[in-house]
Amino acid sequence: MSLSSDDVAKIAHLARLDMPSDKAEALGRELSSILDLVAQMDAVDTSGVTPMAHPLEVVQRLRDDAVTEQDNRDRYQAGGPAVENGLYLVPKVIE
Amino acid sequence: MQWETVIGLEIHTQLATKSKIFSGSSTAFGAEPNTQAALIDLGMPGVLPVLNRDAVRMAVRFGKAIDARVAERSVFARKNYFYPDLPKGYQISQYELPVVGEGSVEIVLDDGDVKTIGVTRAHLEEDAGKSLHEDFHGMTGIDLNRAGTPLLEIVSEPDMRSAKEAVAYAKKIHQIVTYIGICDGNMQEGSFRVDANVSIRPKGQAEFGTRAELKNINSFRFLEKAINFEIERQIEVIEDGGKVVQETRLYDAAKDETRSMRTKEEANDYRYFPDPDLLPLEIDEAFIADVMATMPELPDARLARFQSDYGLSTYDADVLTASRPLADYFEAVAEIGGDAKLAANWVMGELAAALNRDGIDIDASPVDAEAFGQLVARIHDNTISGKIGKEVFAAMWAGEGSADAVIAAKGLKQITDTGAIEALVDAVLAANPVQVENYRNADPAKQPKMIGFFVGQIMKQSQGKANPQQVNELLRKKLS
Amino acid sequence: MHYKTIAELSLALQQREISSAELTRHMLQRIGRFDDRLNAFISVTEERALAQADEADRKIAAGDAGPLTGIPIAHKDIFCTQGVRTSCGSRMLENFISPYDASVVERLQQAGAVMLGKTNMDEFAMGSSNETSYYGPVRNPWDTETVPGGSSGGSAAAVAARLCAAATGTDTGGSIRQPAALSGVTGLKPTYGRCSRWGMVAFASSLDQAGPMTRSAEDAAIMLSAMAGFDERDSTSADRPVDDYVGALGNDIRGLRIGVVKEFMGDGLDAGVATSVQTALSEYERLGATLVEISLPNAGLSVPAYYVVAPAECSSNLARFDGVRYGHRCEDPKDLEDLYKRSRSEGFGAEVQRRIMIGTYALSAGYYDAYYLKAQKVRQLIADDFRRAFEQCDLIAGPTAPDTAFRLGAKADDPVAMYLSDIYTIAVNLAGLPGVSIPAPMSAGMPVGLQLIGNYFDEARLLNAAHRLQLATDWHRQNPGGF
Repeated sequence: MSLSSDDVAKIAHLARLDMPSDKAEALGRELSSILDLVAQMDAVDTSGVTPMAHPLEVVQRLRDDAVTEQDNRDRYQAGGPAVENGLYLVPKVIE
Repeated sequence: MQWETVIGLEIHTQLATKSKIFSGSSTAFGAEPNTQAALIDLGMPGVLPVLNRDAVRMAVRFGKAIDARVAERSVFARKNYFYPDLPKGYQISQYELPVVGEGSVEIVLDDGDVKTIGVTRAHLEEDAGKSLHEDFHGMTGIDLNRAGTPLLEIVSEPDMRSAKEAVAYAKKIHQIVTYIGICDGNMQEGSFRVDANVSIRPKGQAEFGTRAELKNINSFRFLEKAINFEIERQIEVIEDGGKVVQETRLYDAAKDETRSMRTKEEANDYRYFPDPDLLPLEIDEAFIADVMATMPELPDARLARFQSDYGLSTYDADVLTASRPLADYFEAVAEIGGDAKLAANWVMGELAAALNRDGIDIDASPVDAEAFGQLVARIHDNTISGKIGKEVFAAMWAGEGSADAVIAAKGLKQITDTGAIEALVDAVLAANPVQVENYRNADPAKQPKMIGFFVGQIMKQSQGKANPQQVNELLRKKLS
Repeated sequence: MHYKTIAELSLALQQREISSAELTRHMLQRIGRFDDRLNAFISVTEERALAQADEADRKIAAGDAGPLTGIPIAHKDIFCTQGVRTSCGSRMLENFISPYDASVVERLQQAGAVMLGKTNMDEFAMGSSNETSYYGPVRNPWDTETVPGGSSGGSAAAVAARLCAAATGTDTGGSIRQPAALSGVTGLKPTYGRCSRWGMVAFASSLDQAGPMTRSAEDAAIMLSAMAGFDERDSTSADRPVDDYVGALGNDIRGLRIGVVKEFMGDGLDAGVATSVQTALSEYERLGATLVEISLPNAGLSVPAYYVVAPAECSSNLARFDGVRYGHRCEDPKDLEDLYKRSRSEGFGAEVQRRIMIGTYALSAGYYDAYYLKAQKVRQLIADDFRRAFEQCDLIAGPTAPDTAFRLGAKADDPVAMYLSDIYTIAVNLAGLPGVSIPAPMSAGMPVGLQLIGNYFDEARLLNAAHRLQLATDWHRQNPGGF
């Protein structure tokens, strides 16, 4: 499996990572070598095997519907990079 | 070319829980920005979700209400995409295994025919926050109070063929979710949001055309307008030799048009996978039985019962079961008033007119069901006539007290004393000898009409308080 | 006094031979004196430590002390600590002061432990050498030109150099056991779900587990007793009672069946490490245990499966670092996309970006079945291998890592070679089993780890077996020179 610079750019965009083309080529090679390692899985037949999403076979616990949180806005926003009037600011979102 | 429209709806209903689906933050509407956004809602590093039992109960309740299969095992998945109102960079939703499977609802068409609309699935998920576009030096402000509010997304089959059908279906779902108490149904506040998938195809063609998804619709009226605009737009595009593109379009109510959300994005790739922070949700028979134990009567069942138990017409029963508060109100009035048909007439007549006139919801009616029931009871037991009843109701609406208080204060009690009525009748007959003579000489077929003159005179004399039946009876006796 | 174990220090504190304040100051002095050479700490919380020590001394005086009261420990910088920077080894969180405490931090604090500071780690726990930290590599006290292992390298080095009595770590693919092996300490990864993940910055949610790094199995038992337990804030936390780990330490191990994984003792294993592990296994036989050869036929696929599952989960878990609510934000973003891309590319280092890329790819449309689903199926096969193995034995034993500590930079340019350092530990995470690495005899002057793997929630037996070996040998009592 080998990833082209275009593939790398596409994945980088999905992951919102900056990917200048010089970086993309080298990264493509590294990722391809990792995918070669991953491809070793193809050696084993897994047809009929149930995929394992969790190590433990337990089911979801449910919590009571109760309001347990207070307003801690000031504390939670203390380290925020851009906060004004209690809002988090981001560059204009165009809809 | 004859075109056929195909419509499917995705309805997001905010569930009426006190706390969020995965955190203990309040879901109350209208708080100061980010004051109801706790660690989990903010997607802080290291936080984890735990599922709200009542959100699951409400989903199950809906599933049972539309006769759907409730999944014994369902799975929460992550839908990955970046957006500032989505704090974790993914939305926790359900993908391959939703909690509610296939079901259906029935809608009544304009011609009275009943049509079944399929519900493909309904799944639990978390709501996103809000982007506020007021100007913060050219920036957008993010409020995460809504982030994590539980949603039940109800997805229909593409079974609707017109905007009217789509509206009827949306109203039906709205009626069900508000009836069973899982959603407040407030469309203005965004508690009930409808997205419409609309496509057209030549009549007779089996395969679907390319669909557009319409968003940002916040009333049933706009739903109808948006779909109709979109149908016309698609027909125009195709008839001009163009092609409909699959895209999301926003409805602009001010301009009454839909427009493309011009995203320069490539097609979305949400990279769904099972959320490893949550375990499979298992719902057993006991859980379902527990939910069923508190399941209120559903609108369709209530409609049938109103017809069979109260002898109401289909039309009346339909009107009175339109919403749960109205149906509850009517049933209380019928009980207290002692006459269901009379109660139906008065609720649909005077009460509905007053509510409509003053723009008040039945929940906020200044005359509550008990008071209104007493008014109906007084009409039913002949304490007052229907005509006087209107006067009493107007006084009650104006806050002048109970029916009995108004009747007493204004002396509106009906005259049923035979002696008193006889005196009135005799006086009127004596004062109008010519009319009496004419009546007696008239063709018997015309007499019933002619008797109205005397009734009118007597009622006038009694200021409307004489019992009309007694008046009629006495007149007939004395004139024969 | 820094040569003492927690058990020994606890006794000294109870008998008032020393106070917690004295002990804490002593450890803080050692950090001040030696950490320049190791870079094991990202933050030292002196003021808080001394306040906690005073509090501990009051409790001891009041006769209200437990085995951890007044014991100075360190937390891996992946655990959220309220009011203290929690960097996760990343530039992304360089200025992140956590507004809350992790469950494990809370529990250890309630048990009276004193927090000296936060230890260095591979960025977001992604690495096997501690070289991916934004705060510089950690050095191995046994040879400062070599790596301590990773990702809990700071904790391993700090415990090995006696800069703290014990430390917490996290283990997603070997991040407690591998550095424990390379640095010559005891490191336990409990069963998945045994310790709460609340407040532990997530790398791969279905694999991450917190555990103790200590000087002995006995100390690990003491630490785990405080760290383990049900937490309703973590849906994956195990709702079952915590065993008496300390009480079980003294159990006899005669007749214990120890399975030796044949696939782990062959190709790829360094000869010196193999000899050392054999010596440790012979010691178990001498102590009355029986060795049985077992096979884990699919264990060889654990690294490939892991490098799909872990990156996939990480690509999603790390999406929250977007420069909006906390953490690094780029200067003057010109639009939203610029904010995201620059904040994340500046905030994350190369290895983290590599894994996000692999994970994003593995989950993307058209590849999900071939990668993610396939890996989840392989994961099931590996778990089944263990299930069968535990029908033949009570514990499984083998090497923790294929080699002793390697030189700084030796594998830095070859991610795949680096990934293979965890070849013996990863299968345990995929299955969710508990595993411990304890010192075996040294090889060419460098520490070697013996890995013991237990059945689900069988930590008591695991620690019991480790403790019995440590009672009979002094391999865990070796100290690096110069500290």
